[in-house]
Amino acid sequence: METAMRKSELIARLRSEILSLQGFRTPSLGQHSDFGLGPVEAAFPNGVFPIGAIHEFISSATEESAATSGFMAALAGRLMKEDGICLWIGTRRSVFPLALHFFGAAPERVIFVDVKKERDLLWMIEEGLKCEALAAVIGEIKEISLTGSRRLQLAVEQSKVTGLLHRVNPRLNNPVASVCRWQISPIPSQLDTGLPGVGFARWNVQIVKVRNGEPGSWQLEWSNGRFTPITRPVIKRVGKRQILRAV
Amino acid sequence: MKRYVAIWFRHLTTDQLILLRPELADVPFVLASPERGRMVVRAASIAAKTSGIDKGMVVADARAVLPGLQIIDDDAELAGKLLYNLAEWALRYTPIAAMDLPDGLLLDASGCCHLWGGEVAYLKDIVTRLRGFGYDVRAAMADTIGAAWAASRYALTDTIISPGDQVNAMQVFPPAALRIEAVILEKMQKLGFYQIKGFIHIPRSVLRRRFGQSLLDRLGQALGYVHENLEPIQPLQPYQERLPSLEPILTATGIELALKRLLEQLCTRLAKEGKGLRQASLKCYRVDGEMRQIEIGTSSPSCSTHHLFRLFELKIATIEPALGIELFLLEAPVVEDMTEQQETIWNIAGQNKWAAIAELLDRLAGRAGTDIIHRYLPSEHYWPERSIAEASSLREEPAIPWRTNRPRPIHLLRNPERVEVTVPMPDYPPMLFRYKGQIHKVRKADGPERIEQEWWISEGLLRDYYILEDETGARFWIFRLGHYNEESNPEWFVHGFFA
Repeated sequence: METAMRKSELIARLRSEILSLQGFRTPSLGQHSDFGLGPVEAAFPNGVFPIGAIHEFISSATEESAATSGFMAALAGRLMKEDGICLWIGTRRSVFPLALHFFGAAPERVIFVDVKKERDLLWMIEEGLKCEALAAVIGEIKEISLTGSRRLQLAVEQSKVTGLLHRVNPRLNNPVASVCRWQISPIPSQLDTGLPGVGFARWNVQIVKVRNGEPGSWQLEWSNGRFTPITRPVIKRVGKRQILRAV
Repeated sequence: MKRYVAIWFRHLTTDQLILLRPELADVPFVLASPERGRMVVRAASIAAKTSGIDKGMVVADARAVLPGLQIIDDDAELAGKLLYNLAEWALRYTPIAAMDLPDGLLLDASGCCHLWGGEVAYLKDIVTRLRGFGYDVRAAMADTIGAAWAASRYALTDTIISPGDQVNAMQVFPPAALRIEAVILEKMQKLGFYQIKGFIHIPRSVLRRRFGQSLLDRLGQALGYVHENLEPIQPLQPYQERLPSLEPILTATGIELALKRLLEQLCTRLAKEGKGLRQASLKCYRVDGEMRQIEIGTSSPSCSTHHLFRLFELKIATIEPALGIELFLLEAPVVEDMTEQQETIWNIAGQNKWAAIAELLDRLAGRAGTDIIHRYLPSEHYWPERSIAEASSLREEPAIPWRTNRPRPIHLLRNPERVEVTVPMPDYPPMLFRYKGQIHKVRKADGPERIEQEWWISEGLLRDYYILEDETGARFWIFRLGHYNEESNPEWFVHGFFA
């Protein structure tokens, strides 16, 4: 009985050691680190958003890539905090810097690198990820090989910089050495009490793959500078009037 | 103290011809060009000279002396071109090399000789190398340009006039050694002044009365009383380090070692003066006379050896050493003062963080050019394309806060794209629109937000912007260009996508 306890304890300890080697932080006792992703964070091992790792985002259509850019900007904003600097690298930039402000990322602290030659792109992302002074590196790269992504993974293991790779409409859905594969798509927004007009940005956030975690899908709204999980409104009929109420 | 070297190419153009056409080596030939209807000899080869043919002769007369004489057309600009190339070659001996038309070079050797192990070795190296190329040269070194020139032309061997000794050395030279006009020379000849010592002690006022001021100037220049300027073929770089190599360098490792040493020297100097370099170039002079160059630029002044080396490192592979590199020259044409401000940019704790990013950007720019890096600041314009402005430097901070009272899309199209819409008049948002062949039914809409042209910048139609959300939840930024009127329907454009 006692040895069994010891064994499971040992395994738990080893597991957390392996996780920390893989770039996951173990929250120390009594300290709750909240990245602000709400329920999504439960998908990650130890329930902590892995920083200092490579995240991969896949989008297929224009609307999806816009939603992904918004989501990534929000993540970058959290990673940059008050004074961090972020590198945004790509070959065909469509991001409007001013709009980054809406997602909590200071546009003046984002440095855009508009690479002209596709073959320089991976090298530049890698160089960026090696630079410990950066808070995050966002790379818009269409195709990346497993070997290529391993290079990036090795770079972040050294530097602890978080890398967000955005793959717009990739030809191959090949495996990539990333800690997590995301898919973000827009869903209809909702204004309180059914007012007309367009509401806050709402996304269907899907984690397709996550290392040592639980994949899943959530609906989030970006409002007031933070992620809010959406609870499905239930319409109750009271007499002839419709009442919208969140449950 | 200044030291100058004068080099005299005794047969500059004919030597060059023999270099190009070795079969001419033993044949008497002259270079000639027409003058007043007859061909006149401009330069004669050594073989021709032994038969008494010299420049200035008419070709017909020369032919009479030597029937087998070869006549080659003279190119009046050849000497200038040759001298320019030779002066460029001579840059490996000194940063200040000048052409001395029609047949000489002048080098400012001050402070250069010790690199070759003394003045004797320095001069010998120059002369041996030039003779090795096939040029018949004489060279001399002295404190003044005038004395060096005179000794190179009128001394019988290569001469080094020791510092301060030019008065003595000049005594035995003829007046022509002073580079004076033919008229004055003739006058002196008539008066019996065959050597400079004949008139060097004559009072200046007397000399001036007889021969004019120009003789006094030339005399003063030769003896060192009057300053004479060199016109170097390349402007002198204030920040320059040079490293001659004893053996030609062939390998990348060799180039790296040389570069590191030069960078250390330059950076130590820059750091002392509180400056950092923005641009630098490494010039590699090869044994075959060619020069290869690599250049780097930095986004902020830097005097970090390590960082600059890494920038150069990316380009070392492009240098072809061919037969070997014998001189490395590191130049910093653009340097700037290092400011305290750089260390406090963006309130980052510790200057290392900022330095690391600046160095990263330099590396990226070094690979693909500086125009790939952009940073934006808010600009006081409503027109969306003009509402952001590129930051002029990495140090610049926003002067005004970002405007966020109006929603702006996360993706903005560089050029708005036309769409077909179905829209109720007059100011309602579209009910559906077709974008890239796909029909989107509008479920929710916001707007219009009218943005007028800024007439002081450009004229054109206003835009009425709407935010549209289709049934799938995709959000668009669409505008109508101009008002509705009787003649035409205004066009609609997609300008962006909201997240």
